[in-house]
Amino acid sequence: MTLSWTVGEPIKDTKAPSGPIEERWDTRRFQAKLVNPANKRKLTVIVVGTGLAGGSAAATLGELGYKVKSFCYQDSPRRAHSIAAQGGINAAKNYRGDGDSVYRLFYDTVKGGDFRARESNVYRLAQVSVNIIDQAVAQGVPFAREYGGLLDTRSFGGAQVSRTFYARGQTGQQLLLGAYQALERQIAAGTVEMHTRHEMLEVIVSGGRARGIVVRDLVTGEIEKHLADAVVLATGGYGNVFFLSTNAKGCNTTAIWRAHQKGAMFANPCYTQIHPTCIPVSGEYQSKLTLMSESLRNDGRVWVPQRTGDDRTPADIPEDERDYYLERIYPAFGNLVPRDIASRAAKNVCDEGRGVGPGGLGVYLDFADAIARLGRDAVEKKYGNLFEMYERITGENPYETPMRIYPAVHYTMGGLWVDYDLQSTVPGLFVIGEANFSDHGANRLGASALMQGLADGYFVLPTTVGDYLAGSKTFGDVDQADVAAAEAAVQQKIERLLSVDGTRTADSFHRELGRLMWDYCGMERTDESLRKALERIPELREEFWNNVKVPGEGEGLNQALERAGRVADFFDLAELMCLDALHRTESCGGHFRAESQDEDGEALRDDEHFAYVAAWEWSPEGPVLHKEELEYEYVKMTQRSYK
Amino acid sequence: MNLTLKIWRQNGSSDRGRMVTYEVQDVSPDMSFLEMLDVLNERLILEGDDPVAFDHDCREGICGMCGMVINGVAHGEQRATTTCQLHMRHFEDGATVTIEPWRAAPFPVVKDLVVDRSAFDRIIQAGGFISVPAGSAPDAHAVPVPKDDADAAFDAATCIGCGACVAACPNGSASLFTAAKITHLGLLPQGQPERASRAKAMVEQMDAEGFGGCTNTGECTAVCPKGIPLDAIARMNADYIKTAAK
Repeated sequence: MTLSWTVGEPIKDTKAPSGPIEERWDTRRFQAKLVNPANKRKLTVIVVGTGLAGGSAAATLGELGYKVKSFCYQDSPRRAHSIAAQGGINAAKNYRGDGDSVYRLFYDTVKGGDFRARESNVYRLAQVSVNIIDQAVAQGVPFAREYGGLLDTRSFGGAQVSRTFYARGQTGQQLLLGAYQALERQIAAGTVEMHTRHEMLEVIVSGGRARGIVVRDLVTGEIEKHLADAVVLATGGYGNVFFLSTNAKGCNTTAIWRAHQKGAMFANPCYTQIHPTCIPVSGEYQSKLTLMSESLRNDGRVWVPQRTGDDRTPADIPEDERDYYLERIYPAFGNLVPRDIASRAAKNVCDEGRGVGPGGLGVYLDFADAIARLGRDAVEKKYGNLFEMYERITGENPYETPMRIYPAVHYTMGGLWVDYDLQSTVPGLFVIGEANFSDHGANRLGASALMQGLADGYFVLPTTVGDYLAGSKTFGDVDQADVAAAEAAVQQKIERLLSVDGTRTADSFHRELGRLMWDYCGMERTDESLRKALERIPELREEFWNNVKVPGEGEGLNQALERAGRVADFFDLAELMCLDALHRTESCGGHFRAESQDEDGEALRDDEHFAYVAAWEWSPEGPVLHKEELEYEYVKMTQRSYK
Repeated sequence: MNLTLKIWRQNGSSDRGRMVTYEVQDVSPDMSFLEMLDVLNERLILEGDDPVAFDHDCREGICGMCGMVINGVAHGEQRATTTCQLHMRHFEDGATVTIEPWRAAPFPVVKDLVVDRSAFDRIIQAGGFISVPAGSAPDAHAVPVPKDDADAAFDAATCIGCGACVAACPNGSASLFTAAKITHLGLLPQGQPERASRAKAMVEQMDAEGFGGCTNTGECTAVCPKGIPLDAIARMNADYIKTAAK
């Protein structure tokens, strides 16, 4: 049975000021009400998640004098998955004098998002980007530098200007440690109370406002309630709905999904980004996927055997029996076509049965020509660390045999709907970083995730949350019945999971769900595939609730119980993702509907019918769609072309 | 391949703990070490046993959450590798593999292979930062940093806080961890104003947590997945002595 849905009232972002775009953030900052410094310490703000967004927000709110409670499921706030970001962070500094500007970064981001992001938000992001670099350098983030002592930059993700600041291949790590250290400083100062190994399992909504959360202490198993004047979710993306992704194993959707069920609308859930150059799956036991820098495509040639089922080793396949398919289909861009196109092309050749490696899910990325042309030393200089990483994982030497690569889920552009103030549709519930939907539209550009997380946490939220808290006198007392109900819901779910005592593990269900999502709601989606998924997901969910086996008890450390709870929420999210993908019959950015492509196989947008944000409201009768129309006053809508 | 695993099982900090033997069959050489444990745990769950608790998250060698002593070596015998990046092809068919948690008094066992490393966070709280509230920073190019200093600071800053250095040290010292942060921040012009107070506070906190002293055995740097060099500890000591002498 397909999930039924209805269309509700349109939704509007009422917080973005009008007027010239370059003045909007200044205007909003001036309009925002301030909280008296003496009152800040009486106001409690909960921040869930300690990645770039959550870590920087908790630290900054602490510096401002609020009473902050910070939560993470890991053993230390320094572990959040922002730490794994490799490439860099964009900022419109124009230190190179190569024609960059706030306006150009704004323009590139709106266009890169395939015209599905808000202009006001993106402009602010570009404006604030310059402050992020200043802040990070002052904190001691060791960015790459030139011999003159100034910061080095590189061009990234097809940008024509060099605006990406980086710290070798570990930019995310260094920026996160900067935020983490600022957070630890506030913990020492007593403004932030840190709760590690705590997982948020419910939002407490009382009097129509978010007033706290219910968490489980992962060590003792105790269910705790924490009340506050505002709640900030910085809990990251939901790429792990596919089971295999480049996310950390613990990344999950539970926090934002619970908020969704408590009234926060979920925007554009179907927008996911799939990265073309990851190390392929090696077997059924595979637990996660590892990204390899996209820069490899600058010198590597992508190919598969011409013949279906050709299982000879690559060295035994003569040149004229190889299909360098990207060079064949896209003669102008060849191996350098954008992420989504490279990913889909790989999927297509594997679907034809020409994939290589275990399960036939891989394509070759061959450096033989580059080594012959440039010499092994030059190739090693450029890509040595990547080759080493590849060899460590696969045991194969890419200097001697071609690498095998395959696309993998990497980032989710969708997330909870927020207004210009980053406030969700539940008053007092703010959502920042990858957890919200705000700035990337249907496709995120490289080196923009770090920028957005830190912009939200250091600069935007601390201003806008103050405006909300300035009205705290009218919030009233939290109704204890609401608190008790939230706690009871958490307790009941845990008991239910433990009581099934079936014959399959939560991981085996998660794996099956992930495979289904990958096949039917992955790189290419069709009306038929999505309907199939919408039929299968409820069946699988039902089997889960009747046949999952969760060992042990609610008390004490129980990692299997943690995982089972997360998988349960992934089922519900998966359903909404498929529904969103089904309703959006156009292709845009990371959302490719096979029915909507031009004669070259490129994503074909339908601006007349779909230039809106799809904000889904949860209801027991089925999702309700609220459309936020997108207006482009500054950037003219155009179709991408890579021929 | 088939392996015999001897795994430390301990149900909470008050339990005495013991080694338990498990046989695992059909281990693929392409599996990561943690994937091999995943397979064991899936089996244990279905057999009604308690799965082995272990910490892990990114599984790409950067978050620092995983860590086990494998055959007596922190993160296993493969150099410059975290447990999650260790693959089964480095083990022989039929081998016996012992798996234990980090053992150090300041890292109490939470359960099985999971330990409490919050002492590291408290060392950072003592001074492992530069005090610069958001919004107060000057332009990033206001203070140039010599490239060599920036590169050396980066090398120290790559520490992932996994705790292998402590687990490997015969004294249970956290010197390499603490020194890495003191070195990172102390090499940069931005870190100078707090350099002396930072070294003093961090070293004192490290001692207060109950970590042992450094006797230059160098086991820490040998197991460090990021290869943090031992001379960081010399820098730490130099900074500390300067403040103590004042």
